[in-house]
Parts: sequence; structure tokens; C-alpha cells
Amino acid sequence: MITLEGVTKTYRMGRIEVPALQGIDLHVGRGDFVAIMGASGSGKSTLMNIIGCLDVPTSGRYILDDTDVAKLGDDQLARIRNRKIGFVFQSYNLIPRTTALHNVEMPLVYAGEGGRTARAREALSAVGLADRVNHQPTELSGGQQQRAAIARALVTNPAILLADEPTGNLDTDSSVEIMRLLSRLNTEQSRTIVLITHEQDIAHFASRVVELRDGRIVRDERTAA
Amino acid sequence: MNLYEALRMAANGLLANRTRSALTMLGILIGVTAVILLVAVGNGASVQINNQVQSLGANVIYVYPANARGSGGVSQGFGTAQSLTQADVDALNSKQQDPDVVAAIPIAQSGGQITFGNQNYFAPTTGTTPDFPQVRDYQLAEGSFFTADDVTARHRVVVLGQTVVDNLFGSTDPVGQTIKISRQSFRVIGVFAQKGGSGLGSQDNVVVAPITAVWAYLTGARGKVISQIVASASSASTVTQAETEITTILLDRHQISDPTQADFQLQSQQDILNQATSISTALTLVLGAIAGISLVVGGIGIMNIMLVTVTERTREIGIRKAIGARRRDILTQFLIEAMVLSGLGGALGIAVGALLAQEAPKISALATSGFPTPVVSPTSVVLAFGVSVAIGLFFGIYPANRAARLHPIEALRYE
Ligand SMILES: Nc1ncnc2c1ncn2[C@@H]1O[C@H](COP(=O)(O)OP(=O)(O)OP(=O)(O)O)[C@@H](O)[C@H]1O
Ligand SMILES: [Mg+2]
Repeated sequence: MITLEGVTKTYRMGRIEVPALQGIDLHVGRGDFVAIMGASGSGKSTLMNIIGCLDVPTSGRYILDDTDVAKLGDDQLARIRNRKIGFVFQSYNLIPRTTALHNVEMPLVYAGEGGRTARAREALSAVGLADRVNHQPTELSGGQQQRAAIARALVTNPAILLADEPTGNLDTDSSVEIMRLLSRLNTEQSRTIVLITHEQDIAHFASRVVELRDGRIVRDERTAA
Repeated sequence: MNLYEALRMAANGLLANRTRSALTMLGILIGVTAVILLVAVGNGASVQINNQVQSLGANVIYVYPANARGSGGVSQGFGTAQSLTQADVDALNSKQQDPDVVAAIPIAQSGGQITFGNQNYFAPTTGTTPDFPQVRDYQLAEGSFFTADDVTARHRVVVLGQTVVDNLFGSTDPVGQTIKISRQSFRVIGVFAQKGGSGLGSQDNVVVAPITAVWAYLTGARGKVISQIVASASSASTVTQAETEITTILLDRHQISDPTQADFQLQSQQDILNQATSISTALTLVLGAIAGISLVVGGIGIMNIMLVTVTERTREIGIRKAIGARRRDILTQFLIEAMVLSGLGGALGIAVGALLAQEAPKISALATSGFPTPVVSPTSVVLAFGVSVAIGLFFGIYPANRAARLHPIEALRYE
């Protein structure tokens, strides 16, 4: 479902070139739960952004569900982000001054789909926030905000869930709670999950660990969950 | 994304910064208020002018002498030639060829100081014939008008307008009194009823005498000049026919075959009205344009604030893009926000402008100065609202486009 072949990404800062990814070959199949690990600056977020169609590779190919993403325009990329991919960020990234319900509805608004309120409520119930639908982000705890963000990522029923250090700002209890939620989504709904983390404990929830160093994959192994 | 969602997003965005939104709206509000108010004053002025022209009478036709246009095509204004005669007036009154002309009177104008006792007053003296009250639609309040005999005998009698009476006589009854016009004695035999109409060319500032007496005692060396003929058509609807008849008679009498060479010019109330309308329309446009400048300033305010908003909400834009907003979704969101700002400001501006226009006549200083009563026209309301929304659109495009073109990653990283 996700196939990267010789993907590189080079940032240009004036005259200096920063090679963030230097030849990534990676295949992620349907229902995989991959944890990406690596030191800070090793290129994890860069890789994630490319997988999530937020950015395009400098060279190499990225095939998503038989489509070569390099050939797509802005609007088509937006459509893929809307339909096929759900994002969860370290800093939650809920829209301020907007209730959890409206935040979760947002992807459906851009998808132009109906039954938004019912579907958003359903997604919020699924992450255990049924009683917090009318709370604004500032009225939710970090763990609750992250669960609302997961509900937003799931509301369009995407095949892939991308999470960049989703537990990075959370305490251990909330982290475990979030990871159990993700595991369940993987095992019960066989959603493909790609997760970035620094912590070995968090990586244990995944069934496969990919380690990056200086923009290259140095380890890729399945773990006994 | 439908309109409801877009409006809800816009409302959210605007409510997040109430003070700032209100101040930005104020810019447009003031601009629209100015447009509504100044255009209303312009409209009021044209209504006032129209009423004044209307008071001349809808069926009145003025005939002025004019130099025949020379080969150079240069026409010299009214009254520079002496082409109209008493015989022309008689011909127009014969009703043989002009059934639609009820009466025609000659007019001879003379300036001059008028005195009564130790009171002085300046007013033009009009020499004419007994049909004057009928043609110019004057009623007598007191006394009587002069007769054909007075004209034949060059009697020095006058009928006065109310303004002249007020200025010369105070509480004295003017009828029977003798006044002096350019040191010649004239006896007052009647007073016109008030006609109304104020300012320039008031209908009540008149002194009317037999034309023969004016020629004999006042115009002196200039001779028997007729400065204009005033004719009345049987009704407003026969003015055009009457004009044709008058033209035919006068061309025939002056032995002119080519109408473009005519040595006289006709002017009906409609002609004056047309001229007045084009002047007042220009006035309204100028006033509107001046007010329009403040609208543009308001528009720049919107652009400024929208640019700030877009910068402040860069991260939000990144989030929206990450969850699937297309460029056009972001563009629409910020455009609608700008248009709601300007449209709301415009609507409030219309309300304030209309209120001020309604209250203005109640300010006594304005009421007594003859300031026109502002007239808010539905067109200017619709136009002002449309323009203010359009201003939001125009000045919102640049900031909204900036938002729409943000790169999702860079937007998400923005602190
Ligand atoms: N917009 C950018 N411009 C220039 N260089 C960048 C940019 N984004 C990332 N980089 C560089 O690319 C490299 C990889 O960055 P990336 O964000 O992918 O690291 P990471 O593995 O996610 O690190 P962390 O664990 O700290 O989040 C880094 O050296 C970083 O400095
Ligand atoms: Mg990172």
C-alpha cells in the first residue's frame, strides 16, 4: 500500500544543502503497525511528511495504492490527505476556539460529506470523549486533546494513520491509553499505522520497528508483539 | 464546503478578535455612511431644484432672441439680439396657426432701485401685458392687475410680489401708494399672493408694470426691446405641439427657411429641467466619489487586518491543509471573512447614513439655511451594500491568496 523507492529529500537553506533523507526504500503493507525510531534529526518527521503527502520527495518514487504521488497536483494531494490519511501530531494541533465536535467534523466538511455531526460524535465516542464534544481544546487535558485529534484523524475512515510522536507531550498513563487505542485500531479495524517515537516502550506496541540514522534506514525488523 | 460552513468559519474567525473586527468594520461603516449621506444630500438638492423649476409651470414656453448661427457655428447666448417684436407676440396670440398656445406675453426687463419713503430696495422690473398672471400663474392677493387700457395709455402702475412688499412697506397697505423706480413715480395697484420657492430667482421678488410704461420711462435709450416672450400651452401634454407651432410662426414671420438659422430659441420647463438634472446628477456623482475615497481607505484597512489574521493563523491553515483543505477552501474561508467584515460594516453604514439623513432636517441651523432635505434612494442603498461587499472581495483576495498558497509543512511549523 505504501512503497518508497530510493526516496531522498534535500532541504535547501540558501547555499547550504541539508540532506534529510538519503535513499529510503520502504514498503508498508495493509494492516502493518510500524514504529519509526531514530535520533533527533535523523529524518523521521521528514519521512512521515512525505508518506502523508504533505511534502514531496526531492528524488525517488512514492507509490501509494498504485498511484505515483509525484505526479499529483496540490488539490489531488489534499484529497489524498483528506480521504486516505489521518494525521496525529505531537502537539495535537486542534483548531483553537473550536469545539471538539467541530474539530472532528472538519475533515468531513472538506470532504463535502453529509451526516457530519453524527459521524463526528461517533468518532469521539470511539475514543471515549462522548461527554466532551462541546469542549474547546483549552478545556481538555493533553490526553483528551490527543484523543480528539485521533477522532479527527479517523472520522473520514482513512486506511492509514500517521502519528508523529503522539505521546511526546503526555505522561505515562495517558501515553499508554493512547497506545492501547492505536493498537486496538490496528488489530480490530486493521488500519495501517505508522508511528514515530523515541521511546522503546512505545515502540513495543508496534509489530515492526524501522530505525533511521542520518536519513537512511539502518534497521527494519518485525517484533513479537 | 458549503456557504453555511464558510460563514460559520468566518464568524468564528471574526469573533476570535472582536475589537479588531469591530474597528476594521468601523472603517467601512464610516465610508458607507459618507456615501449614503452625501448622495442623499445630492439627491435632495436635485429634488429641490426640480421643485423650483416645476414651480415655473409645466406648460410654460420661453422664447429668447438669439443671433442666427454664423458660418462658424458659434452661437452667442440668449438676449444679445433684438429679433423679437410686439408683432411676433400678436401673431402668437392670434390663435390662427397655433391652437395649442393659450396666450403669449412679451417681457421687457429693467433693473433699478425702488424706493418708498425712505426705504430702498433693488428688484428687477418686468414690463409685460395683462395676460401675465394667467401665463405665469400668479394670483392676486390684493388690488387688481393692470388692463389693456393701462398698456395702451402707458399708465405708470405696478403690481408687486410679496418679497418686495415686505422689504418696502412693513405694515403700510401698499395698494394706492406711490413708489419710485429709477426716480420715476409708479402707483401700486395690486399685490401678488405668495408663490413660494426660495433662493435664486424667487418668484415673489417681482415688480410688474405695463410694458409700454417700462419702455417709455425705464429702458429709455435702449428702445422697445423684448427680452423674451413667454407663452403658455393649453396643458403640459401639448407643450411639444405648441413649441412646433411657435417655431413655424416665428420662422415664417422672420422669413427664415432653414430652422438651424433661426434668430430665436425656445425653452420649455422640460428643457430647463433636463439641464438642472444633468447638473445635479454631476453634483451627486462628485459627492459620491469623494465619499467613495473613504470607502477605499476602509478597504485598505480590511486588507491590512486580513494580512495580520493570515499570519497569526498560519498554523491553523497548516492544520486545515493537513486534514484535506484545498487551496480554494482556504481561499474561500478568508475571502468570506473579509466580505463578512465589509458587508456587515456596509450594512451598519447604511443604517447610520439613513438615520443621519432622516435626522438632518431636524437640525434647525440646517433647516433655516435652505439646506436640501437629504433623500436616501433605494439604488444608493443597494449600490453601497454591493460596493462594500465588493471591496471586501477586492481587498481580501491578496491576503486570502497568501493563505491559500502556504506550504502545509511550513505552516504547521509556524510558531
Ligand atoms: N524546513 C527545513 N529546512 C531545512 N532543514 C530542515 C527542514 N526540516 C528539517 N530539516 C533538517 O532535516 C533533518 C531531518 O529533520 P527531521 O525533522 O525529519 O528530523 P526528526 O528525525 O523528525 O527529528 P526529531 O526527532 O527531533 O523530531 C534535520 O537535520 C533538520 O535540520
Ligand atoms: Mg520530528
